[in-house]
Parts: sequence; structure tokens; C-alpha cells
Amino acid sequence: MKKSTLQNDRRTFIKQTTLATTGILSASVPVKSFANVLDNKKLKLALVGCGGRGSGAAVQALTADDQVELVAMADVFQDRLDSSLKAIIDHFDGRKKIKVKDKNKFVGFDAYKKAIDEADVVILTTPPGFRPYHFEYAINNDKHVFMEKPVATDPVGIRKVLDMARIAKEKRLNVVVGLQRHYQKKYTTLYNRVAQGAIGKITSGQVYWNDGGVWVKPREADQSELEYQMRNWYYFNWICGDHILEQHIHNIDVANWFIGAYPTSAQGMGGRQTRTGKEYGEIFDHHYVQFNYADGAVISSQCRHQKGCDSRVDEVFQGTSGSVELGSGLLKDLDGQELYKYPYKWGQEANPYQVEHDELFKSIRNNGVISDAENGAKSTLTAIMGRMATYSGKTISWDEALNSDHHLMPAQVDWNTTPPSLPDENGHYAIPTPGVTKF
Amino acid sequence: MYRFKFLVTGFLFLGFHLVFAQKEAYRLELPGTTQALEMVFIKGGNFQIGSPSSEKGHQRDESPQSNIEVASFWMASTETTWNLYQHFVDRDIDGESLQKKDQDLVDLDIDAISGATTPYVDMSFGMGTDDYPAIGMTQKAAVQFCKWLSALTGNFYRLPTEAEWEYACRAGSQTAYSHSDDASDLELYAWFEENSNGKYHKVGQKKPNAWGLYDMHGNIAEWTLDQYEIEAYKKLAKVKWNKPLKTYPKSVRGGSWIDSAEKLRSAARRGSDPQWKMRDPQIPKSEWWHTDAPFVGFRIVRPYQTPSKKEQELYWTTK
Repeated sequence: MKKSTLQNDRRTFIKQTTLATTGILSASVPVKSFANVLDNKKLKLALVGCGGRGSGAAVQALTADDQVELVAMADVFQDRLDSSLKAIIDHFDGRKKIKVKDKNKFVGFDAYKKAIDEADVVILTTPPGFRPYHFEYAINNDKHVFMEKPVATDPVGIRKVLDMARIAKEKRLNVVVGLQRHYQKKYTTLYNRVAQGAIGKITSGQVYWNDGGVWVKPREADQSELEYQMRNWYYFNWICGDHILEQHIHNIDVANWFIGAYPTSAQGMGGRQTRTGKEYGEIFDHHYVQFNYADGAVISSQCRHQKGCDSRVDEVFQGTSGSVELGSGLLKDLDGQELYKYPYKWGQEANPYQVEHDELFKSIRNNGVISDAENGAKSTLTAIMGRMATYSGKTISWDEALNSDHHLMPAQVDWNTTPPSLPDENGHYAIPTPGVTKF
Repeated sequence: MYRFKFLVTGFLFLGFHLVFAQKEAYRLELPGTTQALEMVFIKGGNFQIGSPSSEKGHQRDESPQSNIEVASFWMASTETTWNLYQHFVDRDIDGESLQKKDQDLVDLDIDAISGATTPYVDMSFGMGTDDYPAIGMTQKAAVQFCKWLSALTGNFYRLPTEAEWEYACRAGSQTAYSHSDDASDLELYAWFEENSNGKYHKVGQKKPNAWGLYDMHGNIAEWTLDQYEIEAYKKLAKVKWNKPLKTYPKSVRGGSWIDSAEKLRSAARRGSDPQWKMRDPQIPKSEWWHTDAPFVGFRIVRPYQTPSKKEQELYWTTK
């Protein structure tokens, strides 16, 4: 943002705030949440979870608004924090001053609290199991939030995020969730056309995240089991939630968004057929779920981590008068004739990962409120409901999922915590068995 | 197709190894798989690199036209496919590397070669993998693929230099396209904006050029070894290739499925750009993948005369 523009925005902003204050006070909203903005020209940023995505989000936040300053970082691993800071500094290559004081580099499972305390805006990008607890602390302490998806790994965590989402809204705190398709022009353009009736009412759809899988971090000799799982978190449900959450949530969320509702039940199947080594922890390599919506719409959801098979990451919906394919950006009528094609140009579209942060900081500056957390939680719950269905082999209803006491995350985690899943004497983990596993 | 059906009359003395290589096409089979590449023999010679200002679509970076000498080499008749490239990403056939024989030209510890990370997104973007060209790898990744392939097979493979690439693309022609100056025939030879239907296509579907090379024009643009510089041709008279001193820009040739006909011309050049990683959500951004370059891939070459061990490393290291 150019300086002059920012000053204009700030003048407008202060005027709007003054006007709005009387109304806000009667709604018993703590003034503290926006006092941060009024008192300081700078917005202080904390990064909680210093992996590649967290570092990327920090760079995007620092790019979104030139009055943002990275003041604190937190991770359970010193080496991840150090390499993250180095990567952020390297990215800006002197174009932006990045200086995090040594006393504000916090390491450990409770580091998040200390980093959040230092900031106005926080980035929550640890593995998803921790998210509800970090989000709770951030909202209780009146921080604006960018958090990555999924926002929890179990229903207990989801209910916490839903509670905090409501409180965040009351406090007029901005919360952006990294379901970046909502910030991607191709998706919003096609959504608007579908919402205006371009293909009638959606009756069915297919959503996909099929590819070869992700990284593996080999076990090292001197690692505790907890450190191994934290480093290799993708393969452990208490922190990751399985790939039906971690990746496929993007596509499931698009189904909910386009249909305009959350499913009432799910049933499906899944397993672990080709990715069976002990280095892949306890997650499945494929899930296939049928999501049923109250109006009769049905979404078939498939996600697969198997090498050598077809790859597809996409969403397709059929309506009463046509269909839409998000990947190719194509709207068709019932005869298959093209109604509209999104004019996509490689390299010429705004980067949705950047747009998320542009919108977040614009909203903070303008005293707006973005409230992504409720949808983030409900789309995460949709994926959890799918996982409960594939693990158990049973039909799971929305209410059953939402109200379940199914709890994967230990109440508190520190370096003495025993992980909920432990390997057998051969290093293998118990794999969910449909028909036997409860959820 | 350009074939020499006789044995080389001389032999090369390389270190301690005596080598006889045939000046003819051969089939490079990937050990432990059913995958193979047809390697076309390209006889060395002189040619004019670049294009005259009178050529339709001519750009400044195609001048000055210079006379360049190119030594003999083999070039893959097709672009590297996902079927091949995936084995480099997965590193699942490293144990199949061929038993080293006395006359082997390359002796490398395959375990010491760094490998590409697994991408978080589907890098084929739903456009297909079986017999489709691999795309979106960085030049560094393509260079490492060549080193890995050399370790696997015992022969020296690398990316083409920009001069070798244009020499092979022209196949003796001096026209804008290797078949003619006329873009109206281009669809017989190439996938590009006009006929690609918004995606890349299986390799080797169109007519090859006069030397038996497919898809030199279009389908996917191809990495070369060289740094991209507008005035590179002033240097090429003195050095064989413009070795990169920095990551960007590196030279990419041939145009692709998203390009207009003019960008497919034999002389047309393009430089890589940091924007090709724009949507990589991670910091640091991947050294191995370009999330926003689904139009760039590569094909491999093998020089007829295998360079010294020291020189081999020069070709396999890049910024």
C-alpha cells in the first residue's frame, strides 16, 4: 500500500470509528480490540507455527500492509523458528526490515501464549490439532487472526472454535481462515454466477483431491516418540486429522459454499492399500464419502494418496439447468453446451494466498469484521464427519459429529506427554478398521 | 530421421576409459521400468543462431545472428514425460542402477544426488500424466534429473545448451519454423494457443522436424542450460554456453500450449521469472517446483564426446 493511500485510509478509518463507537459501546464490546489500531501506527504481528506455510503467511502479512511489523515468533522447535526467520529475511532481501528480538523468540508447547501476548495480529499455522487452543487464547486476548485450515482434528476442538468464532464476532475481531478458494477470483466469479442461478439448483457434485501424497520425515535415532510425531505430524490423527481434513477440506468446503449448506449425514469407505509402511503413521491412503444435504443434494467426495494413479484436484457440480467445473472454469447447460468459461490467464491472476492477507489488513484498518472461523469450523467438521464415516463404516449424522465427545487431542501437551497413538514393537501404528473402529 | 548406420571409426580417450560410441540413434531404457526415450543422433555442424530483423515476430534478443559451431550429440526425440520424471521425484528405482563397467563414462554415487521434494499440489494440474510431458520443475530440478539419470545409466546426460537447442530445432532450416516461414502449417507440427484447447498434449503426436525431433515447437517450452541475456549471442561465439551466475532468468525455448505462433519460432527466446513461483504458499519457496509455470518442461541430450569428470560437474551445477 502506498503511504498516501494509507494516510487517507487512516483518516477515514478514525472518522468511521468515532461514529461507530457509540453503537459499539452499548453492545459491550471491549474497546481494546481496536484500541491497538488507534494507538499504534504499526500493527504488531506474531507467527505461531514456523513451518513453510507459516513463514509464507508471515511474508504475505508483511507484504499486505507496510505498517505491519513481525515482533514475535513461536514454535516447539528452535531450528524451525530460526530457519523460518532466516527465510522471511531472505525473502525480503533488505526491502523490509525484519527484526525479531531474541527475547520474543519463544520455543516450546506454551510458546504460543507468549508470542500472542506481544501482537495485535497473529498467524496460527501449527499442525491443526493445536489450533482450537491457540485460537481460543488469541480471541480471549483480543487479537485479530489469520489461521490455516483445518481448524481442529476432533469435534471437541470444533466446538471450541465455534464458541470462539462467536466471541470474535462480538468483539469485532477479524478472523481469516486459509481456505483460499474464497479469495480466488476464479472461484468467486463462478460462485456468483451459480448463486445467480446460472445452472439452477445444485443437486449433486463430485469433489476431488487425488494425488501421490506428501512429504515424509525419516525417524532419527535420538528422537523421542513425541518429537518424531511432531516432526512427522501429517501421519498422526491427533495433530493432522488425516488427509481428508488436511488437504481435501478445500474441496469439501467448496461443496458446502456452492450448495449454501452443510451436509446432514455422511457415509463412505476408505482404507490403506498402497501406502502401508510404518513411516506413514496411522492415516488412510484413500477415502470415498457420500455427503447428503437436507434438500436432497448429494456430494461424492474422493481423496487419494496413491502414486501412479490419476491425479485430480477439482470440484464439479450438477444443477437443475446445467453444471459447473471449477478446475477448467466451465459452466455448461444440460446439453453440455458451454454457457461461460472463466478467462483464466496463467501468471496474471492475483495470488489468493496474498489476497487473504490484503483483505485481512484492509478490514482491520477500516474497522471491518471478517468472520471466517464459523465456516472454517463447519467445513472442518464436514471433513471430520467424513473421516468418522470411513473409519467406522457407519453413517454419521451432522448432529452426531457435532456433539460427539470424540477427542483426539490430549488436554495438555508438553514434552512429557505420551502421544495418543504409539507404535507396536515393529514400529507400526494401529490402523482404523471399518466395522470395528468406533470413529 | 537422421541416422548413421556405421560404427565410429575412431575412439575417444577419456581418463582410463576406452570408448566406442555409435553415431546412430539408440533407445535409452530406464532400468527397472518399461520406460524408454528414443535418442536421436544429431551430427555437429555450423549454423546461424538467432533471426534476421526481417522475420515476422523478430525480437531484439534474437540478434545479432551469429555463426555457431555445435559438436555432435544425441537428443531425446520427445520431451521428458511424467512417467519418467516421477521416478526421479519418487526415487523408487535408484537400486536398479546399471552395473558399472570399465568403459562406463560416468561413475556417480546415486545416493549422493539430491532429489526433488514431493509437491503439495498436483503439478500436472489435471492435464494428464501418462505419456504427457512433465512440467513445472525448476531448471535446477531438470539439471538434477539429468545427473540422476547419468548415475542410473552410466552415460552422461544433461540439458541442451541454448545453441544446441536451436540447432536441433532448426534441423538445417533458416526459416521462422523448421518446416517453413509460414505459421499456417504450424498446427501439423505443434500444439499452441490455436489448437491446444487450453492444455498440454501427449508427446510425439504431431509431425517431427527433419531430424526426427517431436514438439520442438510448442506443447511445452523447454529448459536450456543457459542464463537468459538479451545480448547473449555476442558471447556465444567465444563460449559454448552462457553458464548461469544467478537463478533468474534462465533461457527457455520453443514456446508452449499457451503461446501464440510467433513465440514458437525457432529463434524465439524467453527468460524464467520469480513470478513462476507466485502461488507457492511456502517460504522459502520450493527450489524444485514452479507452481505457476505449467508450460515449461525439458528434454535431455547426451554429448557425443563425453566431457571430463570436472566438466561434467559444471553442467550439473546450476544456480
